[in-house]
Formats: sequence, C-alpha cells, structure tokens
Amino acid sequence: MSMFGQVHKFGDDINTDYIIAGKYRSLSGDMAKMATKIFADLDPDFYQKIQPGDFIVGGENFGCGSSREYAPRVILESGLKAVLAKSFARIFYRNSINIGLPVIICNTDGIEAGDQLEIDLELGVIRNLDKGTEEKITPYPAIINTILSKGGLLEYLKSDNFS
Amino acid sequence: MGQTIVEKIFSAHCGQEVQANDLVMANVDLVLGHDYNGALTIDIFNELNKPLCDKDKVIFVMDHVVPSPSEDYSRLQGKVRRFTAEHEIKLYEMGDGICHQLLPQNGHILPGDLIVGTDSHTCTYGALNAFSTGVGSTDMVAVLATGKLWFRVPETVKIFLNGKLPEGVYAKDIILYLLGQLSAKGAIYEAIEFSGPVIDNLEIDDRLTVSNMVVEMGAKAGIMPGDEKLITWLKSRTDREVNLVKPDEDAVYKKVMHFDLSNLVPQVAKPHNVDNVTDLAEVIGAKVNQGVLGTCTNGRIQDLRIAAEILRGKTIARGFRLLVIPASREILIQAIHEGIIEDLLNAGATVLPPGCGPCAGAHGGVPDDGEVVLSTANRNFKGRMGNNQAFIYLASPAVVAASALTGTVVDPREVF
Ligand code: SF4
Repeated sequence: MSMFGQVHKFGDDINTDYIIAGKYRSLSGDMAKMATKIFADLDPDFYQKIQPGDFIVGGENFGCGSSREYAPRVILESGLKAVLAKSFARIFYRNSINIGLPVIICNTDGIEAGDQLEIDLELGVIRNLDKGTEEKITPYPAIINTILSKGGLLEYLKSDNFS
Repeated sequence: MGQTIVEKIFSAHCGQEVQANDLVMANVDLVLGHDYNGALTIDIFNELNKPLCDKDKVIFVMDHVVPSPSEDYSRLQGKVRRFTAEHEIKLYEMGDGICHQLLPQNGHILPGDLIVGTDSHTCTYGALNAFSTGVGSTDMVAVLATGKLWFRVPETVKIFLNGKLPEGVYAKDIILYLLGQLSAKGAIYEAIEFSGPVIDNLEIDDRLTVSNMVVEMGAKAGIMPGDEKLITWLKSRTDREVNLVKPDEDAVYKKVMHFDLSNLVPQVAKPHNVDNVTDLAEVIGAKVNQGVLGTCTNGRIQDLRIAAEILRGKTIARGFRLLVIPASREILIQAIHEGIIEDLLNAGATVLPPGCGPCAGAHGGVPDDGEVVLSTANRNFKGRMGNNQAFIYLASPAVVAASALTGTVVDPREVF
C-alpha cells in the first residue's frame, strides 16, 4: 500500500531536542498538546504547516541526541507518516520502529521541501512525483520487519515474550 | 576468530558466540529509568499488562527536574514514586544525584555487565568495562517484562590515545577534540574501544567523562579495557567479584585510529553543535553571562576540586552567574568536607542540589535571550537549556571556573 504526502525538509544532525525541546516535557501527560510544540525551537509555526500524511525528510544522523521517545511520538501524533533520512541516530531509529513509525534510509539529496512523494514500503521504492525520480529503500532486517508488521514493539510483546 | 570486548559481552549474554552485525536477543543485567521518561515508560508497561520480570534488575532515579518546579512535573514524578513503591523497585530520590553518577558510584555496574537505560548517556559506564547504551521507553518496557532485548552487535572502532596529556588539559578536552575530529555522525551504530597510555593514566572519574560523550558521535558504546586502578575503585564500592573483559589479540575492528595527545590544548564546542569544536584560543575574550559546573559529564569531585583551586580566595565577575551542581549527594558531602563548597560560595557561586540542574532546559538556570552560557555539560543544541535565543559553549571545568573570574572566556592555564 502506498503512502502519499508532502515533504518537510531538514538538514543533517537534527537532534531530538529540536524535534521536541526538554522544556515541553511537562506537557507529556497530554501528547496532543505536546505535539503542537514539534520543532518549535527551529520554527515556532511548524505544527501549523503539517498536513496529515506529510513526511519529514532529513540528511545524515537524523534524531541524534537525547533518547526521549517523545520525539518519534510527537511526529506520529502530529499526523506525519514517515521519516526519510540518509542515516539515523540509533536510539531514535529504534524508538521509531518500536512505536510503528516507519524510518526510511535512502538518498534524500534530490528531495526538496514541498515535493510530493509516493512511498511503497513493500516494494521498497520512493517516487518523487514532482521530480519524476525514484529512490530505492534500504530493506529492513527481519526482526524490524516483524515489529513493524505487528504495529510496534508493544503489540509484538503482547503476543510474544521474545521467545 | 578473536573477539572485541563488545562481542565477548554479548556472547556471554546470549548463551552463544556472536560477532559484529549479528542480530541477537540478549539478557540484560540492569535497566535504568528516570523522572524524565519514567511516566511514559510506566504508561506503556501498564498497557502491556504483564508481570515485572525481575525487580532487582531495575533502578529508577529522580534526577532530571528536581525539585519539581510545577504541578505537571510533580504528577509525572508521583507516578514514578508510586510505581517503584508498588513493585519494590530501587528508587534514588531527588537529591541523591544524577543516574550516571549514582550507578557507577554505588557499585551497580561491574565489568562485563550489559546495561540499558532510557537515557542516551547510559553509555557512560563503558568506562567501567561494561557494555551500556541508551534506549527508549518501549525498549525499557520490553526489558521490564522479559529481562531481554534485541540488539545488533555493533562493529568496534579502536581508538588509541597515545602520549601524555599536558598540564591544564583534561578528559573533557580529549573527548571534545575527538568529537571535532570524528564529527557528530562519526561513529553511528559503532562501539568505540578506547586504549592507550592516556586512558591508562586517567582517573576513573575522568574516564567516565570520556565515555559519557561518545553518544555525541553517534556511538552505541564507548568501552575501556579496565585495569588494576578500576578494580581497586570498584572494590571500595561493591562486594561482588570483579572480572575484566579484555579484547582478544586477533579481534577484528572496523577501523583502528591513533591520536597523540601530547600537544593537546584546551578545547571548546561552540553553538549549536557538539562537533563545532575548536581550540579554546579561538574564543578567548568572548563575553559569557553564565557558567554551569556540573552534569553527568563533569560534576564529580575532581571537577569541583579543579574549580575550587582556581576560585579560592577570589571573586567571580560582577553580573556573572556561576551555577555549581555536584553530581551526587556523596560528592556534595565530600566537597563540603574538603572546604570546596565554602570556597565556591565565597567566590560568588550558587550551589544547586545534586541532579541534572539546568542541563536539559526544564528548570533552574534558563538563560536570557542573547546570553552566552559556558557549560561543562555534553550538549549545546539550540534551546537545550530552555531558551532558543541563548548560546551554549561546552568546555572543561577549568575553563568554566577561570572564565567566571572575568565574565569572558579565559585560558585556565594562565590562571593557575
Ligand atoms: S546531566 Fe544532562 S546529559 Fe546528563 S543525564 Fe542529566 S540531563 Fe542528561
């Protein structure tokens, strides 16, 4: 099944403090409220610019810094559907998979802000509908596929104790 | 085939020989949570609705936003207090100190252990010859319920630190320098194995400073081989048997790097990236409004001693604010005994209770718009200390203390 959406583009080394700053943790009892502060230190109006189904596209080392799982959670909560980057920081990568947010490793150089993408995770391709180009997705290892197919690690654990 | 330290630790925790890049299910010795991510972890655990696997493998620490500045924080912390009481889980209360100080200091970490925590600086314990790394709340729930977690065994980069560290140059300068050399993405998914005479000569406190910041290069762990010095240090903190894990002579490394640090000079990471590192000389004289001496990187007794030596009998610059946050209650008491706290207070410093202090920007010590903060912490991201209009520089305790005297960046080697 394909996902369609528009791109919000970022550069290298986007850290989890930028995704959701530490000072907003007091809002964590209310994820919907917390999500309104997504990327607020970089762009106070960012939340208003998101359309449900949009994608985040970064460069190298996306999600570095703090281990806060709130970072991928506010991304999902804001209606964003996937994050694409050339590489991810490992904790953010795990956290995203664990909560069922697809994190996609691919060459993001040619993708610009506002581009319309079609992403097909099963076929492993990203089509840039504005540029008419196609990128291959680096396939996931089996364990990640299993977790994602269950909808996250929590659902996996409900059915299986890592046996 | 020979194994790295990391491959040996994972093999011991998987019940079979493993090597780099294997995807494995490993038994975890200890899992750490704190007040910052604790409430989320507990919510997920409750949703899973399974019994706790082993309460003795779990520690929570109240360190990030203490004492609570608001009712919202108090509710989040209350949840951690009730959960740990109900399940009889070990809880370090506010004022006890920062998790990454308490776990090593109180003998919870042994060489060869496999530890995860919902904090990215869990990598600190690599200095004790353990494998430790940060994870998220859902991963922590997996460990709470099963005692296990899946990992990709990381490839190891071996870094030899050769030569002899000059006077006035510290562990913080070493790790800042390496960050500048390798960059914030220089070691993504990799483990770093440190070795060489510079590491051998460091005290354990200083080794913790180095391992603490490997996550700033993206590394999964920053592990050290351990030696007699480590064994002696651990013996004063635990009765458990200490067995070092050494790499095999023919272990396979992704890369081997050598650095000679004999001519290293004080370093600084400029705003707003941890790898924006230069020689301190480049920013000498820049105006600074606030100094932060503390955090899990540099809030240990040795750090406070260095600051006290610089500030004893002197007064910090008018208008400059120096925040001192000992990393644990034990360190604070020791600093009181040694007269360090009195020296720092007399010089004009403000001492905050043991904990993370202003490091994560949630309370106490948020800078004003346009202000410059010189901090001994590990991150200088825009907004990190709670105001995205402020500028954070990272340096050693000596640089922070020396700069407090003039309110501008000063080379500590000129103050001693
Ligand atoms: S001192 Fe700072 S970096 Fe260390 S655990 Fe606390 S908030 Fe995190």
